[in-house]
Amino acid sequence: MRRALVALCVLAVLGLGVFWIVTAPKSANATALAGIEPDVARGEWVFNASGCASCHSAPEAAGEAKLELAGGQAFATDFGTFYAPNISPSEAGIGGWSALDLVNAVQNGVSPSGDHYYPAFPYTSYARAETSDIVSLHAYMQTLPAIDTPSRPHDVGFPFNIRRSLGGWKLLFARDGWVLDGVLTQDQARGRYLAEALGHCGECHTARNALGGPDMAAWLGGAPNPTGRGTIPNITPGGLDWSEGEIAEYLSSGFTPEFDTVGGHMVAVVDNFAKLDAADRAAVAAYLKAVPAVGGE
Amino acid sequence: MTFTRKFVLTLTAGVVAASTAFAASHSGSAVPADAATKGRKAHMQVYAHNLGILGGMAQGNIPFDAALAQTAADNLHAVSALPQTTYWVPGTAVGEIDGSKALPAIWENMEDFEAKQVALTDAAAAMQAAAGSLEGVQGAMRGIGGACGACHEDYRQSD
Repeated sequence: MRRALVALCVLAVLGLGVFWIVTAPKSANATALAGIEPDVARGEWVFNASGCASCHSAPEAAGEAKLELAGGQAFATDFGTFYAPNISPSEAGIGGWSALDLVNAVQNGVSPSGDHYYPAFPYTSYARAETSDIVSLHAYMQTLPAIDTPSRPHDVGFPFNIRRSLGGWKLLFARDGWVLDGVLTQDQARGRYLAEALGHCGECHTARNALGGPDMAAWLGGAPNPTGRGTIPNITPGGLDWSEGEIAEYLSSGFTPEFDTVGGHMVAVVDNFAKLDAADRAAVAAYLKAVPAVGGE
Repeated sequence: MTFTRKFVLTLTAGVVAASTAFAASHSGSAVPADAATKGRKAHMQVYAHNLGILGGMAQGNIPFDAALAQTAADNLHAVSALPQTTYWVPGTAVGEIDGSKALPAIWENMEDFEAKQVALTDAAAAMQAAAGSLEGVQGAMRGIGGACGACHEDYRQSD
């Protein structure tokens, strides 16, 4: 009996040890940034392509106020309600952050103090970005208005409020590398970078399992709307029969081929993509034609 | 009964009658729900018809024709200025009637919803003024797209 108890305790300690090791936040170190020179103009392009302002501007902000990254927008999910934090260059935001801090946040989902971020922040997509682009993004973000609004704590219940367990989530679902692999044209590859990394299209357009991990077999195949109303459309060739020109036009003006218009959160996406080059929008269209069809005939 | 008293009573009765009539016309029962949703969808189709002409020219898919562009812009403006109280009757939100994508937020923020309709009328007026040239149409399409999107962002369910 006593021996069994001791064995149980040893197993428990071992289990905790394994949990502690596998869930440890993994950060990049300064050598990852060696030789990288920030480029503010490139940083602005990264900022627009990544849609930072769409979630981190204050609720209802419009126009120039979209560059005031005070945070505060609420995102209700099955795991609780997340509030986008202040990411303006103030003490309440990322004012004290180094470029390496931003790289670790955006690509590894790890805060400067070494905690995991919740994947409501789409770092599993941003992980595919070039590190040099995040360094440029850091330089650009320093030029934006500093806002002192404190970040609102997330409203997340047990057990999801144990941030350490997100290490397990990352182990299960964080993947390096591209979803669409193989030989691509230059245009398709450029579109893949915009769609899979910066634009993080898969975060909404790919369905998730009960643990919130994406269903990679149905990449961009559509999903229920997290707001609980309606669906996010299938944008693979199995669901979207628009020409490449029509897709590029939609990402620029918001008009569908039938002259209906963009709605919902996609309005913010089109706002951002309209600021990129026409060649960028054409590249995303080329990429969307190359992904495997989900559903359809 | 003094004159003042009579006057006040008459006035009160008048106000009550007017309020009752107003309430009846705004209860949603006057326009059947399916007629309201059919009507507003047809209204949106008229927008799409005229935008198809203007947008087709702007995108270079159909040749620019100043007279045709002007007519489409005039139509767009005229239709956008029509009162829409017969469409947005209570009880026609998504889930309340088949085929509706209208979010309940419309009825919670009717003032803002109507302001966004006015914003489309303003954008259509800008299109009327610009329809004489291809560059003008291309520029004004951005304003139209912005006005459509601003309303669909908050008030229409995605798919």
